[in-house]
Amino acid sequence: MARIGVFICHCGENISATVDCEKVAKVASEFPGVTVSVDYKYMCSDPGQNMVKEAILEHNLTGVVVSACSPRMHEPTFRNACAEAGLNPFLCEMANIREHCSWVHEKSDATTDKAIDIVRTLVEKVKRNEALAPIYVPITKTAVVIGGGVAGIQASLDIADAGHKVVLVEREPSIGGHMSQLSETFPTLDCSQCILTPRMVDVARHPNITLYTYAEIESVDGSIGNFNVKIRLKSKSLDEKLCTGCGACIQKCPVKKIPSEFEQGLGKRTAIYVPFPQAVPNKPVIDRVNCTYYIKGKCKVCEIVCPTKAIRFDQEDSFVEVQAGALLLATGFDVLKTNFFPEYGYGKYEDVIDGLAFERLASASGPTKGEIRRPSDGEIPKKIVFIACAGSRDPAKGIEYCSKICCMYTAKHAMLYKHKVHEGTPYIFYMDIRATGKMYEEFVRRAIEEDEVKYIRGRVSQVYEKNGKLIVRGVDTLLMGQAVEIEADMVVLATAGIASPGSEELAQKLHVSYDKHKFFSEAHPKLKPVETNTAGIYLAGACQSTKDIPETVAAASGAAAKIAGLFSNDLLKRDPLIAVVKKCAPPLYSSCTGCFMCIPVCPYQAIDKEEIKDRSGNIIKTISHINPGLCQGCGTCVAFCKSKSIDILGYNHDQVCAEVEALLNEW
Amino acid sequence: MQKKIGYYPGCSLEGSSREYSESVVTLANAFDVELVQVPDWNCCGATAAHNLNSILSFSLPARILAKAQEAEMDTIVVPCAACYNRLTMVQHELKKNDTLRAEVNGIIGAELKCDIKILNIVQFIQMFVADFVASKQQFLFDKKVACYYGCLLVRPHDVLDFDRTEDPQSMDEVMKSLGANPIDWPFKTECCGAGMSVSRTDIVGRLSGRIVKEAADRGAEAIIVACPMCHSNLDMRRPALEKAMGEKLTIPVLYISQAIDMALGKSQKETGINRHFVPVNISLQNRVVVPEVVLEKTEEN
Repeated sequence: MARIGVFICHCGENISATVDCEKVAKVASEFPGVTVSVDYKYMCSDPGQNMVKEAILEHNLTGVVVSACSPRMHEPTFRNACAEAGLNPFLCEMANIREHCSWVHEKSDATTDKAIDIVRTLVEKVKRNEALAPIYVPITKTAVVIGGGVAGIQASLDIADAGHKVVLVEREPSIGGHMSQLSETFPTLDCSQCILTPRMVDVARHPNITLYTYAEIESVDGSIGNFNVKIRLKSKSLDEKLCTGCGACIQKCPVKKIPSEFEQGLGKRTAIYVPFPQAVPNKPVIDRVNCTYYIKGKCKVCEIVCPTKAIRFDQEDSFVEVQAGALLLATGFDVLKTNFFPEYGYGKYEDVIDGLAFERLASASGPTKGEIRRPSDGEIPKKIVFIACAGSRDPAKGIEYCSKICCMYTAKHAMLYKHKVHEGTPYIFYMDIRATGKMYEEFVRRAIEEDEVKYIRGRVSQVYEKNGKLIVRGVDTLLMGQAVEIEADMVVLATAGIASPGSEELAQKLHVSYDKHKFFSEAHPKLKPVETNTAGIYLAGACQSTKDIPETVAAASGAAAKIAGLFSNDLLKRDPLIAVVKKCAPPLYSSCTGCFMCIPVCPYQAIDKEEIKDRSGNIIKTISHINPGLCQGCGTCVAFCKSKSIDILGYNHDQVCAEVEALLNEW
Repeated sequence: MQKKIGYYPGCSLEGSSREYSESVVTLANAFDVELVQVPDWNCCGATAAHNLNSILSFSLPARILAKAQEAEMDTIVVPCAACYNRLTMVQHELKKNDTLRAEVNGIIGAELKCDIKILNIVQFIQMFVADFVASKQQFLFDKKVACYYGCLLVRPHDVLDFDRTEDPQSMDEVMKSLGANPIDWPFKTECCGAGMSVSRTDIVGRLSGRIVKEAADRGAEAIIVACPMCHSNLDMRRPALEKAMGEKLTIPVLYISQAIDMALGKSQKETGINRHFVPVNISLQNRVVVPEVVLEKTEEN
């Protein structure tokens, strides 16, 4: 005979303002099987939890229904309390009368009646609950970090320093990401490469880190604690063990006019190349799209000049499989390009460039050795117009969000220009100046006051070329909307930060959710900022939303701490709310008919076949079998099973039907 | 086979811009399309209606659409950019707003289905002319031209869904196919001054003057337009433009329909270019006889 305890919480006034909690408790006390039913102002408080514990002991309860907030909020709290009183935690259920009732309805008898109905359904369910034990799975203490920008580098080093293995996968030939392209960083104006490259070298040398560059994620299966990650190592056309990185091949390569991706097209590279001199690893790859040998079938100059005979023209892509306990997404961002801005002539005029290209112009290692020279004719521009929010905060362009980093880097660009070209005039068209970080506002004030950057609040309608000048037409909204026209020598667009190409595809491979702009979604915007909704997969940096370096590094260290925390246990405790194939006594053994519809529909590849044999080893029947380590309890197989042979523990057919009947039947 | 489609000329094309209507009808006839006027049509309300009375600004175009619907026209061509804009905007609004549609239906005494395909002149050309122009073209429009779209043809993009708002290309493509060399210039969608033509001619002088001067400075030999308002400001108001710019501006302004008519070898009377204030001194070369060669040349341009 069931002895159920019902505990109605007022949640201060959150519930009691619209629901008559005393009445709910009184009515519930008359439900069949309910032994004790009480209400209390704060059930989650210590005295409230003690009421639950004492009632369990006093009445020898067989089940508990806490009628309060969402189970997402306090289910663990009350399950722990029950466990402390000796009741199996899975015999405790939450009846959500806050989010599902009091918050969404006016105060009325009907609201109270609905709360009563909700409580009754859970009472009926809990009567049928069974004691369950948590599942423990071993954890593979290796993390796969995807993306070798500053986020991936920081996280890899943190995880590796905590004593765990890291596999860092980067799709470009070198790690470093966008940060390695930057000239100086705000708000301190320290050199970006000078602070990054030592960290890159640390990654390469760290005994706990395995680095795969020019590599991409091919597939991922498994789940938290035990992922199986297949990595495609794109052919570098090179035997890396033999290559010494001497660079002879690069010097002799006859194809020298390929626009360099690293230099944002402002510089050129060869077909066999390293992206930049400080690259890690500092060994070249052959760009097969542009290499003469792959186009015409002859050349092989690099092979001839290579002193260690390391060139491998016939090398194919290879694969490695890595067992990992956790994955970290750190794939970064990109900036908006192409002819997205016909009104600004981007892509049409050589001297209209984006922020990343300006970084290369200002960088000491860039194509102009740090001198600000415009791309068209190499002249030093006397007037530069910077346009902030080019694409950002512009619903007409499909990007409503603020790219966040542009206000600061535009101020920095204008400042760097002024520092290098004293007689030059930088103008910045802006909507608002968003300088909210530590020392950021001071930095912008310095640009305005000390470096005399001319800030104009207003939008630019058009940039066009006339007589060798770029005519920038805009409006100054602080001068009563007066039209402004500036004859500039160069225009820099702070184009919107967007998700890195391939993000959507990767998210689908990993079963990670992403937003409409293809940025990966965090599990909770405030309380789980570095976790995804998929257990065991974390994220850091600008792949989540555009972030500056300090924020990216903080997120990376946060994610690394989460992963190190996960790896601090040998076993992972999981809720046992998983699917099982029902079994019964011979001669039936199981109602499973062996149609195996469940196998292809399982999103986690958790189902395989099991043979039931007699004593002499003859196969009597083949039925489905669910791997408890892989099953996530999603229930897809339950819906597909024609013979109702699969149940989710804690949500079996009896329990769910009892809930529905309790709701439908007049009581 | 003769195709029939609905035609809404609007007030301008009956009055100050009748040459536009003449050239459109000439063009349609040349390609075996019969333009059937929407019966008993009225003014679209233009700028005046939506400045005065919002519901009137919906009801006037709605009545036109109702008349077209009554005459079982599934497609209507509206050469005037302003009329095209008003009709399309109103149909869009009424389609999504049930309350407003009910109110307007009550006023005009009709049940609008809001499913008429409304074409501007460029869409009409793309649909009925572009594919066949090579077979009928007699002269090569071998000139540098500045295609001027104005405000209303391409905006707002969300509703009209035609070309791109900034640096549109559709008219340039049509002109290229005639053998013209459309210039790349920045003022394709600048405002000409529109209705200020009457009240503040000096403002139109400044705004339109800039446009015409920019086209002339960049070497264009003709400005190609698709809006009667733009045309009258750039053409009829030329003295005001010249005054504002302080120089003589002789570049002629052609409707895109007139440009095609000229390439087809139509007479001055049929194209209506004799009605322009700025004389159209454009003589076109005979088209080379061998069609393949011409096609290649067209592509190069």
